[in-house]
Amino acid sequence: MAEIKVEGLRHVYSAGTPFEKVAIEDVSLTIPQGQLVGVIGHTGSGKSTFIQHLNALLQPTEGKVFVGGQDINASKYTRRDVKWQVGLVFQYPEYQLFEETVYRDIAFGPRNMKLSDEEIDQRVREAAKFAQVDEELFERSPLELSGGQKRRIAIAGVIALRPGVLILDEPTAGLDPAGCRQILDNICSYHRESGSTVIIVSHNMDDTARIAERIIAFDHGRVAMDGTPEQVFSEPEKLIAMGLDVPRATSLAMALKKAGIELEGSIYTHGQLLNAVLRAKEARVC
Amino acid sequence: MLKDITLGQFFPGNTIVHRLDPRTKLILVVVYIIALFQAKGWISYGAVTLATVLCMILSHIRPKNIFKGLKPMLFIIALTALLNLFYTEGREIIPGWHMTWEGLERSVQMILRIVLLITGTFLLTYTTSPIALTDGLEMLLGPLKKIKVPVHEMTLMMSMALRFIPTLIEETDKIMSAQKARGADFETGKLMDRAKALLPILVPLFVSAFRRADELAVAMESRCYHGGEGRTRMKTLRFAAHDWIALILGALFLAGMFVMKRYGI
Repeated sequence: MAEIKVEGLRHVYSAGTPFEKVAIEDVSLTIPQGQLVGVIGHTGSGKSTFIQHLNALLQPTEGKVFVGGQDINASKYTRRDVKWQVGLVFQYPEYQLFEETVYRDIAFGPRNMKLSDEEIDQRVREAAKFAQVDEELFERSPLELSGGQKRRIAIAGVIALRPGVLILDEPTAGLDPAGCRQILDNICSYHRESGSTVIIVSHNMDDTARIAERIIAFDHGRVAMDGTPEQVFSEPEKLIAMGLDVPRATSLAMALKKAGIELEGSIYTHGQLLNAVLRAKEARVC
Repeated sequence: MLKDITLGQFFPGNTIVHRLDPRTKLILVVVYIIALFQAKGWISYGAVTLATVLCMILSHIRPKNIFKGLKPMLFIIALTALLNLFYTEGREIIPGWHMTWEGLERSVQMILRIVLLITGTFLLTYTTSPIALTDGLEMLLGPLKKIKVPVHEMTLMMSMALRFIPTLIEETDKIMSAQKARGADFETGKLMDRAKALLPILVPLFVSAFRRADELAVAMESRCYHGGEGRTRMKTLRFAAHDWIALILGALFLAGMFVMKRYGI
């Protein structure tokens, strides 16, 4: 089990120099095993700093992080072992590819885990399937493939660790709509089939609203909102004040409300908007 | 981590030293170095030390930062001191040993000279932004254009290199984090293993450096860059009153050092 528990987390960059900056402050929360969490916040709100604490890439200035009940900063060993439990896919992960072939690049993580060759092979094929990397590409150089393919290879490289928690920082940034949808679908099916916790950092509210079970909004290094999409998107004004977008369905519902057409319930997906509009129309006819 | 290395690092500030024209500071550093090498006796060394400390106070640079920069030079400083200690003729400290009183004096002076030399140049890079520095350098070397030295291209390359050092360091940090997240280990293992462990960093780093260079060239060309001919500047450098005062003080200091050398003090 890999429940994540964060207590009183605070992080200061470049402490003691003129460039000192408090990135996150007073963050406490629990993410149970198997949840699909969307983390939102504008640039510099501390969300990237936060997720790097979850696998001990950054050490907190104050506070503690527990994964599966273990304080991950307890020693050098726990800091290393947590990397197998919490897989982190960085922003633009395609720039980390380096091996001669796609296969070897995906196998880099499992090989660092010192697994047997058969185990590595099994994991590479499984991860490639999840990330929709065609096995025909295995012997190609990752550097000569397209952007979307590269990104899926990089994601497969982390999935191959079989982490209990998968964190993705802006996994769809810079991809075309078809590429975005494909990657999100892959992530959702990975979440469903493996039962792992998945944390997605994203700017795209439509995607986040569609797939996440829970949304955590960061603002100025603190958790500003934390709840189900219904709860978070029922206060669109607050999100806009934080410099964030709202899902297109929500902004359309807000515009209708301004025009005098009141819709019922919290609206953040296209289906909900459609149903609410139909209900409102029926109510008028009667 | 990597971000902490002080390589041509600039500490922003608004002291009188920060406000000096970069050309003034470049000239003064040259003057300072010449003056430093005129020092012979203790009084003249004292004068240079005093001037250095005065500049440090004026520029609000903490001694801690200077010492941090000195650390990589410790070996050279120690070696110079030892050589001078043993290879100077004179009265022996302990009979039978090749250590002399004259050697001791010289090695202390040598240490002082190297430390002051480094401190002086650090004061320049700590208080002047790299861009201002290369601008100043280009203007000072301007006359060399007459004999076909590509001054503009050289300083442009220098400022681009300086500009991209932090970017590349940040990039390296990012790639290292990403590979660490996949369990790469850079800290343990034998020398060969560690060299091999660098490959996952170097390959992506080079790929992105070439990509960046390409993008930069396109960006410059699309803004009609075609070399230094007839280019004007966004920030024109102008000498102010304090620049002239600083230069005069520098000249007086140098003259004083020559006089002291004459009298051997």
